[in-house]
Amino acid sequence: MTQTQLPKEPYNIIITGVGGQGNVMASRILSNMLVHQGYSITIGETFGASQRGGSVMSHIRVSADSTWSPQIPKGKADIVVTLEPIEAIRVLMNYGNPEVKVLTNTRPIYPVGVISGELKYPSKEEIQDAIRDLSSIAWFIDATDEAVKLGNPILGNIIMIGALAGTGLLPIDRQAFQEVIRENLPAGTLDTNMKAFDLGMAKVRQ
Amino acid sequence: MSKLTDQNEGKQYLLMGNEAIARGALEAGISVASGYPGTPSSEIIESLAKAAEERNLYVEWSTNEKVALEVAAAASFAQLRSLCVMKQNGVNVASDFLLHLAGSGTRGGMVLVTCDDPGALSSVNEGESRHFAKMVEIPLLEPGDFQEAKDMTQWAFELSETIRSLVVVRSVTRMSHASGNVHFGKLPGTEKQAVFKYDGFILDPMEGLVISAPVSFKHKLQQDKLIKTREIFEESPFNKYFGPEKPELLLITSSACNLYSREAVHILGLQNRVGVLKMGTTWPLPPGLIKKYLSLNDKILFVEEVLPFLEENVKILAAEMAGEIGVKTFHGKNDGSIPMVGEMNPDFVISALAKLTEIDYVPMSKEYEEKAALYNIAKVPAREQTFCPGCPHRASFWSIHNALLLDNRKGFVCGDIGCYTMAIGSTGFRTLKTLHSMGSGTGVASGFGKLGQFGLDQPVLAVCGDSTFFHAAMPALVNAVHHKSNITLVILDNSGTAMTGFQPHPGLTVNAMGETMPEVDIAKICQAIGAKVEIRDPFNLKETQETLNQLMADKEGAKVLILRQKCALSPERKAKKYFEMKVDEARCLGENCGCNRLCTRILSCPGLFWDKDKKTAKIDEVICAGCGVCSYICPVEAIKREEVA
Repeated sequence: MTQTQLPKEPYNIIITGVGGQGNVMASRILSNMLVHQGYSITIGETFGASQRGGSVMSHIRVSADSTWSPQIPKGKADIVVTLEPIEAIRVLMNYGNPEVKVLTNTRPIYPVGVISGELKYPSKEEIQDAIRDLSSIAWFIDATDEAVKLGNPILGNIIMIGALAGTGLLPIDRQAFQEVIRENLPAGTLDTNMKAFDLGMAKVRQ
Repeated sequence: MSKLTDQNEGKQYLLMGNEAIARGALEAGISVASGYPGTPSSEIIESLAKAAEERNLYVEWSTNEKVALEVAAAASFAQLRSLCVMKQNGVNVASDFLLHLAGSGTRGGMVLVTCDDPGALSSVNEGESRHFAKMVEIPLLEPGDFQEAKDMTQWAFELSETIRSLVVVRSVTRMSHASGNVHFGKLPGTEKQAVFKYDGFILDPMEGLVISAPVSFKHKLQQDKLIKTREIFEESPFNKYFGPEKPELLLITSSACNLYSREAVHILGLQNRVGVLKMGTTWPLPPGLIKKYLSLNDKILFVEEVLPFLEENVKILAAEMAGEIGVKTFHGKNDGSIPMVGEMNPDFVISALAKLTEIDYVPMSKEYEEKAALYNIAKVPAREQTFCPGCPHRASFWSIHNALLLDNRKGFVCGDIGCYTMAIGSTGFRTLKTLHSMGSGTGVASGFGKLGQFGLDQPVLAVCGDSTFFHAAMPALVNAVHHKSNITLVILDNSGTAMTGFQPHPGLTVNAMGETMPEVDIAKICQAIGAKVEIRDPFNLKETQETLNQLMADKEGAKVLILRQKCALSPERKAKKYFEMKVDEARCLGENCGCNRLCTRILSCPGLFWDKDKKTAKIDEVICAGCGVCSYICPVEAIKREEVA
């Protein structure tokens, strides 16, 4: 329960992706890790109808001791974690700034407009160039592909949390993750989740 | 043990607003909780259902909101504390009983939680429930943060018992579905005794009859309760003022807008110029408190969702007090300072405040904004909502759409609320042509079906879900059968209230607390009502479409087709495939096939995409749910299915 100094008050994180990718779970796990460290957290989430294949977003406000708006004001994101690559660019349009740091899972989920052929999905290079241009630091992680190797694509969200911990941008570590998983998820899932977390951490430190 | 039943007083947890409301109800010692699922309210009843055994509660998902309110009221009449929960439009459904309950009064503390959805993030309306409190004359509370969501819910029961009236606690999506740190209070004992007394003096509130008559007597009593409530609200700690003694501008707000407003003041550095009056007790407004703060200055800004409720009610008080406090200038929704529709956020408040205090504020550099916008316009495809991979609705609407085309008489489908609402869009082949409230597709169809007399010769279809059937479609089907309305009702039975997270309904063998219950059979009900009933598996496209065409050709009264297949996200189907799917690349003719990419272009399942390099369709193994439907669609049988053992 010891706080270290936050780089900024409040510190603003957005986790984004597509309904069904475990966005909400990722935001809860990360937030609970920060509560363990003694911070006050406010999360704002979009789910419900938006869950059905649409873009989803969680706004996490990390504070020493205050409750903040569950919606981050325009241009005020400090970190964006994206479970689907183009969703990062969408989020940066409203919440980005030249200092923002972005962690991207590289696996695309095609919108139906792309599947039906009406719309075009950008190339990997185009996506990476755009994210790099709109951020101060960008990491690209093949989280879903690694998760498939671990046996379940949903673990992509945990790999991304591991990667975020690996960046050292937040006062979160392996032990905090372990405690939160123990408290919140079924006992049998601990090992797999730890494996996914470690993998994400290693990926970012490579 | 769930965290919500933690006995540790003072312990701090990160709670969703809905969980904080549930904890508040537990700390108040409720015995009964009821509701009907609806985003953003559903987690309250779900959390309480999980705590039911440990906290000695009875928790149910009722058939609809009116029944839920009646069930909760019974507990109050038997001197227990009870909670009833619904989303904004649910209050409309419950409103007839609500009016009479306000008249009869309550005994054990009773609280109605309504969760409104400003901006309609998960709704097809942005209805306001606060006006109901004013309309039926009962107290209204609005929590302004997560701690208050708990504390206020708990206190609402005390208020209810002080005045013997139902009390409304109104939340919004960004309170219910947002989370924050909450400190726990004490949990009471779990011993309770229900008794319903009715043989005292007829007008005795605790031992007489529970009735809303004699009306003028009871109505007067109700208004006396509101006068008492107003006095209590004058001293309420839920109304808070943040700011200087003599602000240049007074901002009056409530609910999640409190957090947006305070952030806006912070960002603009207006702490010494703008005062924020956060109202927690929003009906009846305490006139003394309002007078005190209106006297601080002459310029007022209201920030609230959805309709200008605070704004208009404060203005009435200000008009009455004008002689003493002088004439004020009001800004808010009515003068366009704040948008009249949609959800609020900190940026709307920043913009209103910046204008009124003459501050220049640029949230994002022009260069960055233009660059980011350009990438989005040029590179980022829109992401339309879609039925999930493996969703039975995609298959059902494929068949309905094709049956209507084959029938070729300009037939149409009337819809209502559920995931299948999305069939107004391309994911359901734009099949729905009307969309209103729960069960209204069937009622509207019943009306269309009687327009033959005036020359309407188009086939009329309706769709409703299984939970919706019980909620509100049953009376409409009775109406259609009794009046020989020529309609085909398609019941999309996916075995649960899927959109809101698989809450059980009367058609299932389980209740909210996980106990085994007798199922109420939808097919038998429809037969008993007198409709012709067919049951099909929507994944069998051929049979489904043939049956639909037969039913549409039958001109004798109301017909029902039940399309039964579990939701792809249901615990039974999630991560379990019926089939392993594969595209035989040698067989797929790609762009040379006359189908013009029927599978990806029209069916548009997220699990099947067009491989631009190979120029064939391809299964996305991470996403495909293995329903097998696409294999029926390929004209050259290139999409292969292999049964999963």
